[in-house]
Amino acid sequence: MSSVTTNRRTPWTTVSGVPVQPLYTVEDLGNFFPDQELGLPGHFPFTRGIHESMYRGRLWTMRQFAGFGRPVDTNERFHFLLRQGQTGLSTAFDLPTLMGLDSDDPRSVGEVGRLGVAVDTIDDMLALFDGIDLGQVSVSMTINAPAIVIMAFYVAAARQRGVAWNELRGTIQNDILKEFHAQNEFVFPPEPSVRLVVDLIEFCTQQVTQWNTVSISGYHIREAGSTAAQELAFTLADGRHYVEQCLARGMDIDTFAPRLSFFFNSHNDLFEEVAKYRAARSLWAELMRDEYKAKAEASWKLRFHAQTAGCSLQAVQPEVNLMRVAYQALAAVLGGCQSLHTNSMDETLALPSEHAATLSLRTQQVLAHETGVTNTSDPLGGSYFVEHFTQQMKQEARRCFHDIAGQGGMIAAIENGYFRRKIADSAYVYQRSIDVGEKLIVGVNAFQQSGDKIMPVMPFDESTESAQVESLRQVKRDRSWDDVSRSLDEIRRAAAAGQNVFSALLEAADRRVTVQECMDALADSLGRFRPSAGW
Amino acid sequence: MNERKMSQRILLAKVGLDGHDRGIKVVARGLRDAGFHVIYSGLWQSVDAVAQAAQDEDVDWLGVSILNGAHMSLVPKLLEALQQRGLTHIGVIVGGIISPDDQEKLKQLGASACYGPGTSIDSIVEFLSS
Repeated sequence: MSSVTTNRRTPWTTVSGVPVQPLYTVEDLGNFFPDQELGLPGHFPFTRGIHESMYRGRLWTMRQFAGFGRPVDTNERFHFLLRQGQTGLSTAFDLPTLMGLDSDDPRSVGEVGRLGVAVDTIDDMLALFDGIDLGQVSVSMTINAPAIVIMAFYVAAARQRGVAWNELRGTIQNDILKEFHAQNEFVFPPEPSVRLVVDLIEFCTQQVTQWNTVSISGYHIREAGSTAAQELAFTLADGRHYVEQCLARGMDIDTFAPRLSFFFNSHNDLFEEVAKYRAARSLWAELMRDEYKAKAEASWKLRFHAQTAGCSLQAVQPEVNLMRVAYQALAAVLGGCQSLHTNSMDETLALPSEHAATLSLRTQQVLAHETGVTNTSDPLGGSYFVEHFTQQMKQEARRCFHDIAGQGGMIAAIENGYFRRKIADSAYVYQRSIDVGEKLIVGVNAFQQSGDKIMPVMPFDESTESAQVESLRQVKRDRSWDDVSRSLDEIRRAAAAGQNVFSALLEAADRRVTVQECMDALADSLGRFRPSAGW
Repeated sequence: MNERKMSQRILLAKVGLDGHDRGIKVVARGLRDAGFHVIYSGLWQSVDAVAQAAQDEDVDWLGVSILNGAHMSLVPKLLEALQQRGLTHIGVIVGGIISPDDQEKLKQLGASACYGPGTSIDSIVEFLSS
């Protein structure tokens, strides 16, 4: 394949297919006013970062996503990660939990504890965080359709442990819109789903004041195949919809906006990614201040978590994934992320082994402590190329907002398949560009080698499911059915009356009502959503 | 792509709770563009529903996509369901996150091929056409 470098036939485009010029100069910036468009780090419009001193003041949080098996298994991994120097926890739930099903439901067979940890009741939540001080460690929970149920379990567990709610720090993903666009873990129809998102925001704004109530996520949109610009645009459009629904609920923007957070993908094209993060910050600041009239500076700041691109990892020559992840992590940090998950090299084969998970954390530690990237804020600021791309990303996102409005708004656009169609189109274009060799992927369509050595992968403990089901049955035997039944009636009543359902769920948590029981009670009045099979 | 007198029929299916549908939708479009008659099940299908659809649609191939690690419980059940219906002439291909060990096991059980991340559409077309 030596001809690859000497006789290039690949077009000069980004990963997203955007043409790139051979050189950028001041001419490419048009009417560029650095004072207004960039500002200084820590100042509007935050293009250069949300803190004045960026990583000198505070390093990003190294937050590796983890979860498998029963709560006790994940608890053990959490303690291991904290001992390795990880600074925050991030919880992956298993697929039944993500879909609002209990471990003993027939649809859960084969899935319990496989992709994440199984949580059925508050007992599981207590076991998951056993020995971890919830007032000290910040905890992220990736869950969406049942987010409000899981959050009720979490704060009920904190109360039982004697931790004050205003000391709890962390994030719940609670972003249902991108489930409809990309990730496919939804239960209720779009409108009532958003209502639950707002219920959680409303409750936490009043009572769990340090909690990040939504992690508005582009990650999954990108993983499903979107371009970088679509990831940016769809994510901010989702954010706008949540803001508008909270305002419609009568909330004051400056009470809830500071606790909205974001989650972006970090893909292979370093400069395109950096431009995306910078554009996201400045566009969000403009929207919040100028369109939604937020007055508090905290409401203008877009804080984000980044994760390296799982979809960029390859099954062939899996160790090469280490290098992909390292460059992607660099992009996230050059783009000013607040926290970062680096993927493990073996994720195209299985869930990460402890060895692979440790190497991915070490990748961040090398970046933070050996490379010097933390010395100065926004090191790429002022680059003609990066500034031009930042401007272009913002324009593209604004065009897309216009498109969504033309579809009749967020919910109508979901229902007519706008987002799914756009994303699937981009995914197909990308795949074809690899198939015809317009884009080269090391090991896949260039630099192949035979005789990959087999990488040992983490085995799955097949006894997990029966043990989890047994402990759930035990809880069901021990609790009072009268209490459960009263709790479920209260959930149904609140949901049907259009009231905030959080308090009813909190009480249900204490009475050891299960996730699925709560979700089924909600579905009685909210209904269920079936996806279309369009492709 | 090869010219075909009659296009081959393939049912692409998602079984279980797994929602990762980027790969299967890309493969659906790719096979369509290569001249296959493609039927896509949509998400969250049961093993029985997929086997029944394979029979009803009289397909030559069944492609099942599983990225959540449940392939060792779902694929054997699917092969069994096909066998019970006398549909052993239908070739089964499996896509997803599948370790090399598991790929071997699934092939021994009767799967025709397994495809992981990085597979080109052309290589799938070539296999199905050969």
